[in-house]
Amino acid sequence: MTTITTTPAIPRRTLSNTLQKITSNYLLQKLARALFSIWLVTTITFFVIRAMPGNAVDILIQELTAQGVSPEDAKNQAAALMNIDLNQPLSGQYLDYLGNVMHGDLGNSYKSAGLSVTKMITQVLPWTLFSVGLSLLITFVLGIALGAIMAYKRDTWIDHVLSNLAATLDAISPYLIGLLAILLLGLTWKVVPIMEMRGAMSPGMKPGFTIAFLADIFKHVRVLLLVYVLSSIGSWMLQMKSNTVATLGEDYVTVARARGLTDGRILTAYVGRNATLPLFTRLAISVGFVVGGSVLLETLFTYRGVGFLLARSISERDYPVMQGVFLIITVAVVFANLLADYVYGWLDPRVRISGGDN
Amino acid sequence: MRILYDSLTGFWRETAKTFKILSRNKMGLFGFFIVILIILISVFGPLLWPPEASANVAEINKGISARHWLGTDFQGQDNLRKIVNGGKDIVVIALLTGVLSMLIAVVVGSFSAFIGGTVDSILMEFVNIWLTIPKFPLLAVLATVLSLKNVAMLSVLMAILDWPALARQVRSQVLSLKNREYIEAATMLDFGTPRIIFRELLPNMMSFVAISTIFEMTHAIYQQTGLVFLGIVPYSSANWGVMISAAERRGVLFNPQASWSILAPMAAIILFQLGLVSFARSLDEVFNPRLRTSV
Repeated sequence: MTTITTTPAIPRRTLSNTLQKITSNYLLQKLARALFSIWLVTTITFFVIRAMPGNAVDILIQELTAQGVSPEDAKNQAAALMNIDLNQPLSGQYLDYLGNVMHGDLGNSYKSAGLSVTKMITQVLPWTLFSVGLSLLITFVLGIALGAIMAYKRDTWIDHVLSNLAATLDAISPYLIGLLAILLLGLTWKVVPIMEMRGAMSPGMKPGFTIAFLADIFKHVRVLLLVYVLSSIGSWMLQMKSNTVATLGEDYVTVARARGLTDGRILTAYVGRNATLPLFTRLAISVGFVVGGSVLLETLFTYRGVGFLLARSISERDYPVMQGVFLIITVAVVFANLLADYVYGWLDPRVRISGGDN
Repeated sequence: MRILYDSLTGFWRETAKTFKILSRNKMGLFGFFIVILIILISVFGPLLWPPEASANVAEINKGISARHWLGTDFQGQDNLRKIVNGGKDIVVIALLTGVLSMLIAVVVGSFSAFIGGTVDSILMEFVNIWLTIPKFPLLAVLATVLSLKNVAMLSVLMAILDWPALARQVRSQVLSLKNREYIEAATMLDFGTPRIIFRELLPNMMSFVAISTIFEMTHAIYQQTGLVFLGIVPYSSANWGVMISAAERRGVLFNPQASWSILAPMAAIILFQLGLVSFARSLDEVFNPRLRTSV
């Protein structure tokens, strides 16, 4: 018996070595990316609201002057609303703004006087997180199941029907699906009382973990959920189908079959896992898409969430609210992405080790 | 002359071949004709059948009849006539946004893939970050603050927001083509990066470019009608998106009699989107033979 003696190279602890370790760490890399995107969006909104010609602050001052406020007062009022010191140079304003945002201070509403933007957002944010989160969960599970069925039954009538359905749903804008749902379910077939479903819950309902409350919020959210699911399930199904078909051709699946494993075992332990993994990276893009669609769909269904608030602030030209809501939406989506990245790194250690870049 | 003739007949033969394969795919062919039909109607329709100038009080919110094939709207105007006149904005914005964003994506994506190294990784890092930002809210906020004046400006804004995702796809496409022998030969002959990209690479990924452009077009239609629904961009009064939101605001959703004035523009938009997507999918099958025979 020969013994191989190797002296393992001990990595020297130098500063550059440590730095490299940090930059090649999967989780840290993703965190840095998330923070950078939030900073980027914060900066874009600042410059759009403040520095562009015809920017929001100038328009606000003009509007206030048009209402009979003296120019000096108008400037002070606008500055107070936007939480900006207009006498400072732009760079100073920018730093102030960044500081305020980090403290969670997003200014005050211009139309609903005296209400802080932060407070307005915290009132509506839970509803969007609830409806979008639940719909993503349903879509993900259902899309994976249907996609796998399509792959297993490929070239049968089930596959053709489901594939065409998925492609059709994928092509139509979410907001048109929402309109169709209202027209068909509410107007033609009269299955759901659209008028009573406005808002996230019935007036007078006390929030709490009671059956009545849960039933009520479900009653208000059900059609919105259906539309979210219908509008994003198509791409999941098609993606899952092609992933599964590709995985079925892998050698390890053939070997598993040769070993005589049951179909159920092959599906769950061999095919399903490997076909589902790449979908987690798509989750990131899907979150942004669904949240973006919520601006239209929540408005359509009068569901008082973040998207509804953004749409209303846009139509009222309530710039402080608009800016704050947009920031919060972005932060929420970026953190959802971060979460998806972490889950992916946990499920598939290969990406963590190789540094996480495709 | 001879070379020109050869290349022309060659081009014709390729096109004919493509159409022959395409004609086997009924959905794709159907989509292609729908798209062409909608574009033709939107461009030439207004010349033959100009919009009605005044409201017609006697015929408000009527259903389908021999006189009004798609009923009338809240002003008593014929829905079909409004559909014919309302497609131009949608078609122009879709085409302009699709082509513009693809143009930026092709230039940035292929140069990024060719240069490689630090430039490439910085660009791709930027693209990855950009992808996590929710585009529609950003578009809505920007369109509101910038108060865009016309169709072209909106298209430019949408193209600027949308190109990074396409650029990433172009880059991976170029990376896979880059190591083919004919590209290596061109590199050895020292043709220069621009020439290799535009003369050697692009013709070989034309199908991919066409498909991505079409998908971007449907996305642009979605975004544009969404902006109209939010009341940010009313351009011409007779546009399918404006028709929908006007009908919605007039409470059509609660008046079954008037449902045709919202169903008609919706059907027009959905047909256009479906036509585009099924055409793109069939193009995919034509150019990626792996998909034609099921694995």
